[in-house]
Amino acid sequence: MKRHALKTAFPYTLPVLMGYLFLGIAFGVLLNSKGFNTAWAFVMSLLIYAGSMQFVAINLLVSPFQLAAAFFITLMVNARHLFYGLSMLDRFKASGRLKPYMMFSLTDETFSLLSSVKAPDNVNPKWFMFFIALLNQGYWIAGSLIGNIAGSLISFNSTGIDFAMTALFIVIFVEQWEQAKNHVPAILGIVITALCLILFGADRFILFAMAGILVSLSLLRGKLHVKESE
Amino acid sequence: MVLSTTEAALTILVIAAATLLTRVLPFLVFPAHRKTPPFVAYLGKVLPFAIIGMLIVYCFKSVSPQAWPYGIPELLAGLFVIGVHKWKHNLLLSIGGGTVLYMIMVQYVF
Repeated sequence: MKRHALKTAFPYTLPVLMGYLFLGIAFGVLLNSKGFNTAWAFVMSLLIYAGSMQFVAINLLVSPFQLAAAFFITLMVNARHLFYGLSMLDRFKASGRLKPYMMFSLTDETFSLLSSVKAPDNVNPKWFMFFIALLNQGYWIAGSLIGNIAGSLISFNSTGIDFAMTALFIVIFVEQWEQAKNHVPAILGIVITALCLILFGADRFILFAMAGILVSLSLLRGKLHVKESE
Repeated sequence: MVLSTTEAALTILVIAAATLLTRVLPFLVFPAHRKTPPFVAYLGKVLPFAIIGMLIVYCFKSVSPQAWPYGIPELLAGLFVIGVHKWKHNLLLSIGGGTVLYMIMVQYVF
């Protein structure tokens, strides 16, 4: 049963395989260039496991020692994860003893994958979701190790490699757009965030954008023709 | 290295703990044994679409439209990914191609 779920889950994770290998390699190369070896790359990708935050973490590791600042910067950068949990409350109810790992591993990419795919009828959804999450972290760890080792052996210009993450989100957006009957939430997400970016600047916009999205979707409740219970 | 090994390890642990907190908090506020309020369940259905839109803008947050190169590489690579993905639905081509195109543009063209 588990093997079947793993085999079924694998093809769904291919976009994240692509994105995470690129991004993980970029992270590993950068971490190596700051003097942190493979063991550090492994521990960070195992325990933190948050793409963009690990890039911020590199900056924190080369700055003066400040634990409180590290804590609050992380909360700010990762506040968007609160949304992911909210969206997965019902789906993770069935996860049982796998639930702690499902919550821990809820990255941008895993969330977007889980929210856009459904386990086929003959597959146990609990294990299907678990293997999607587990494979994704495997790719991320592999990428960061490859990048860290490669960075110590060869030097190449990796400028712009982080666009892999952007490309991954655009691909997911296109796929969601093609599946969705109602495009209002997707458009709201872009427009409100863009407005907040212009109004509040790159350092502070994300919390305003989250608030704006929450309020506008709340006001539209009952008007979007979305089934609320299944 | 600026930090000692212990300081670096502590920093990583704190970042890991804060990240975990942002992921677990909704599940602590709305525990599984109680029925999720209908309003929160509604949000769970519509939020994913809005969030991906938000994340795309988030990825472009450092782009400056007022200064050279005015976000042209990001725009071109973004349009490339949309176009190629709508055309072929091939992930390697969309993500790999878009990233390589972007890297070439920022390293050699702009």
